[in-house]
Amino acid sequence: MRPAAFVLSMLLLGCASAGSPQAPVPPAAPAQTAAPADTVAAGKAGPGALSLPNADPFPSTYTPFPSRATLITGATIFTAAGPRLRGGALLMNEGKIVAIAASANAPEITNAAAQLHPVVIDATGKFITPGIVDVHSHRGVYPAPETAANSDGNEATNPATPNVWAEHSVWPQDPQFPRDLAGGVTTEQILPGSANLFGGRSVVLKVVPARTVQGMKFPGARYGLKMACGENPKRVYGSKGGPSTRMGNVAGYRAQWIKAEEYRRKWDKWNADHKGDPPARDLGLETLAEVLRGNILVHNHCYRADEMANMIDVAHEFGFKVKAFHHGVEAYKIADLLAKEGIGAAVWADWGGFKMEALDAVRANLALLSHAGVRAMIHSDDPSGSQRLNQEVAKAMAAGHDAGIPVSEEDAVKWMTINPAWALDLDKQIGSLEPGKDADIVLWSGDPFSVYTHTEKVWIDGAMLYDRSDPAEHWRTDFELGFVPADTTGGNQ
Amino acid sequence: MNTTRIPVVAALATLACAAALPAQTIAITGGTVYPVSGPVIERGTVLMRDGKIAAVGTNVAVPAGAERIDATGKIVTPGFVNAGTQLGLVEVGFGAGTRETNPRTPDGIAAAARSWDGLNPRSVMIPPAREGGVTSVVSLPAGGLIAGQAAFLDLVDGTATNMLVRAPAVMVAQVGSDDDADVGNRGQLMARLRTFIEDTRYYASHRSEFDRGQARTLSAGRADLEAMISVVQGRVPLLVAADKSSDIRAAITLGKEYGLKVIIAGGAEAWMVARELAAAKVPVLAGAMMNIPYAFTALGSRQDNVALLRKAGVEVALIGNAGGGDEELFNVRNIRFEAGNAVGYGMSRDDALRAVTLAPALIFGVADHVGSLRTGSEANVVIWDGDPFEFASHAEAVFVRGKRYQDHSRQDQLTDRYKTLPPAYQKP
Repeated sequence: MRPAAFVLSMLLLGCASAGSPQAPVPPAAPAQTAAPADTVAAGKAGPGALSLPNADPFPSTYTPFPSRATLITGATIFTAAGPRLRGGALLMNEGKIVAIAASANAPEITNAAAQLHPVVIDATGKFITPGIVDVHSHRGVYPAPETAANSDGNEATNPATPNVWAEHSVWPQDPQFPRDLAGGVTTEQILPGSANLFGGRSVVLKVVPARTVQGMKFPGARYGLKMACGENPKRVYGSKGGPSTRMGNVAGYRAQWIKAEEYRRKWDKWNADHKGDPPARDLGLETLAEVLRGNILVHNHCYRADEMANMIDVAHEFGFKVKAFHHGVEAYKIADLLAKEGIGAAVWADWGGFKMEALDAVRANLALLSHAGVRAMIHSDDPSGSQRLNQEVAKAMAAGHDAGIPVSEEDAVKWMTINPAWALDLDKQIGSLEPGKDADIVLWSGDPFSVYTHTEKVWIDGAMLYDRSDPAEHWRTDFELGFVPADTTGGNQ
Repeated sequence: MNTTRIPVVAALATLACAAALPAQTIAITGGTVYPVSGPVIERGTVLMRDGKIAAVGTNVAVPAGAERIDATGKIVTPGFVNAGTQLGLVEVGFGAGTRETNPRTPDGIAAAARSWDGLNPRSVMIPPAREGGVTSVVSLPAGGLIAGQAAFLDLVDGTATNMLVRAPAVMVAQVGSDDDADVGNRGQLMARLRTFIEDTRYYASHRSEFDRGQARTLSAGRADLEAMISVVQGRVPLLVAADKSSDIRAAITLGKEYGLKVIIAGGAEAWMVARELAAAKVPVLAGAMMNIPYAFTALGSRQDNVALLRKAGVEVALIGNAGGGDEELFNVRNIRFEAGNAVGYGMSRDDALRAVTLAPALIFGVADHVGSLRTGSEANVVIWDGDPFEFASHAEAVFVRGKRYQDHSRQDQLTDRYKTLPPAYQKP
C-alpha cells in the first residue's frame, strides 16, 4: 500500500510548495532598455562576457518532433477562446494551427486543406481541447521511484536559495513524464519545492522525450521564482537557525529584497555606463534582480488568505508583482483583492485538511475565484493529479454548480489551458486553439469532463506524441526499460 | 478475542443527532434500484423501517403513514463503502496533535491497539464523506509491522461505539517495508511475523502455563498475543499492506501456512499474481488510479490493475491510493470516482459498483449488515441524481441506518460565508 508517509513527505518537502518557471531571459540588464543589447539581451559573448551575467547559459535545444499536416473533423472543439464548436474541424501544419472552424466545409478549412493535403482524422463524437498546461509540477525533480538519490526538489540547506535552478535537478528519464503526456499535459512548469522562502528558479518544459533537460525546455519561456509562505519554511528551518515563525518568514523575504534592490541598482548603473569594473556577480541576487526588473515571474506557494495579503504588501514595498499564488486554498476569501491586483490563483479542486494552513479548503474555490474575476487555474503539484487535470476541473466545476455558481464547460476548459498559459506568460503562444498558435492539442474519446473519457491522441507542436491505440509507440523512459513491465505500456493504456 | 456485533438499534434510540432525521418508515419509490446483491430493478421501491431495509422490489406495499420519496428518474444504491481511510483517526494530517493512526512500539507489534479507542465521532471530515454518498468506512491504523486492529464503521452520529459495525473487523499488518517494521530485510520481517504467529498459537493453548510463569519465552506480551488469537484462528482477517508481487506472494503463502484469512491492501503489482490471489481466495483493496512506479516495490503499477484482478476472479474493494490528494480523509468522498476510473480502464460497471459496496462488506465480514439492498440489512441507502460515478452527479439523499443525513459540512459553511465578499460577518 502506498504509504501515507510518502505522501506526507511530498507535501512537506516537495509538492505542496509553489514556484514558478520562466524562460531564459536576459538576467542582469533591464532587457532591451538600459543595457547594451550586444552584451546582455542577445546573450552574445563579448568583452566582459565572463563577468557579465549570461543571458541564457543553459539554452533550450528543443526542436519539434516530425509532424504531418493533419485535419481533425467532426469533433466538439473547446477552443478556450470562445464558444464550443460542434462538429468542428481543426487543421494544423508545421507545428501551428492553420485553421479552425465550426465545419470541415468552411472555406478556411477547405482552401488550406487543398494546399496541404493533410492526414484526415474523423473525430466524430470526440472532443478536442488545447494541450493542458500544469503550472505546478515537480516531475523530474521529485521523480518516481522515490529515492533519496533522486530527491532533488528542495535545496533545504538555507531558507533563501534563489541561486538554484530547478532545471539542474530535472531527470528527463522520470517515468512520470510520459504519464503526464498521456493525460494530455503538453507544457509544465517544474518548480523547486517549498522548504525555502526562496526556492529557486523554475523551468518550463515541453512534455517530450529527451536526453537532456535542455531538450525539453520551452524555447523562449520566462523563468519563474518559487517563493513559499507559511508552515513549510518554518518547519524545515525552525530548529536550524530559522525562520521559525511567520514573522520570521516575512523578515526573511524583506531582507533578501533589500539586497536584491541594491544589487539591481549597481548592475543597472554599470550596464548603463560601463564605468570601472563590473560589480561582483551573485547568482541568487541576479534572479531576484530580474524579478524586480519584471523579467522573472513570481510563483508563490501560499495557503492562507492573510499570508497572501502580506505577500502582496511585500511585493508593493519592493516594486515587483506576484504572478500567481499557488495552492491558495484560502484564495476564495480574498478573491476581490486578487482580482484588483491582477494576481492569478493556481489551486487544487479538492485537496485540503492535511495541515493547519490547508484546513479551510473548499471545493468551490476555483468557481468562486473565477466568478470574482480572478485568473483562476487548476494545478496538480502531484504526479497523479497531473495526469487527470480534466477530472480535477470537472470536480471543481461541479462544486461551483453546487455552490450556486454555474461554470460553463467553455470556461472550465480555460482553468487547465489558457489561464495557466497566462501564468507562464505564454498565452500568446499556447493555451487556446486559434490560427497561428502552437498546435498543442488533445483529442479526447468523449467529453473531457466525464470520468469515463480518455485521451486518445496528444500533439505537441503539431507532432503526435501520444496515441492510445498504438501502445508499441508509447514513450517509455530509459528507467522503465527492464524495470517496468512492457505490457503495462507505461501504465497509460 | 471475539468479534463483537454491536447492537446498534438500541444504542441509537438515545442519540441526539442534529443533522439526522429520526429513523422511521420511509419508502423510496420509482427509482432505478441497484441492490448489488441482485439484478437491477427498474421503478423499484426500497422500504426502510426502524433503520433496516424492510423490502426491495417492484411490488412493495408501502404502509400507510410511511414517508414517500419519489426517486423517479434517479438511481438508488447501497451507501458506498471506503475501506481505506483514516476517518475519525486523524483530523489534521500534520503536526496538529490529532493523529491516532500510528502506534509507538519497541518491536513494531501493536496487535492489542484498537484503533477505535481513538476514534473521533465528531470529526469534521465525516460530513463531507457522507455528502459524497459514503455511509461506511474502515479506518486503518498504520506503521510498524502490526499496526493494530481496525473496525468497520457506519458514519452515524453519536459515539464511537455507535459507529461500530464490526470490531475488530481486521488486524492491520504490512510486509512491504523493512524500514516501517524496523528490520533490515524481508527475511527478518517474515521471521518476526512468523514468530509472532507461532507464539500466539502456543500462547492460545498454554495460557495457564503463561499465567504460572512456565511458558516458553515469547516474542510479544500478553495483550498482543491475546489480540492475535482471533487472527491465527482465522476469525479475524489479517490485512497485509503490500505492493510488490513477491511481497504479495509471501503474504499468500503465510496465509496458507497458518490458515489465516489474508486481505491485501495497496496491491500495486497484484495483477501479476492475480491467479494466485484468486486461487487462494485472497481479496485486494486497491485504487483504480495508481499507475505510477512510485517506489521500487511498485514498479508494475498500472491503471487497469483492478480490472485485471476482477477478470481473474479476485474480490476487489476500491480505495483511494493514487497520491497526495488526501483520499484517506478529506477526499474519502471521492471513492465513487475511483469506481468511475475503474470502469474507464476496463472494469464492468456492475463490478465497479460492487467494489464500493458489497465487496468491502464481504471482505470484512459484514455483508449481512451493509453493502447491498437486502431485506434485513441496515438501511444505508443513497439516492443519486445521476450516474454515481460521474463528477456532475450528487448524492441527493443519504440514509445511514435508516436516518436521513442532511449535512452542511464545515466546507459548506465556509463557502456560504465567503460566497460574496466582503464576507457575511463584515456586512452591516
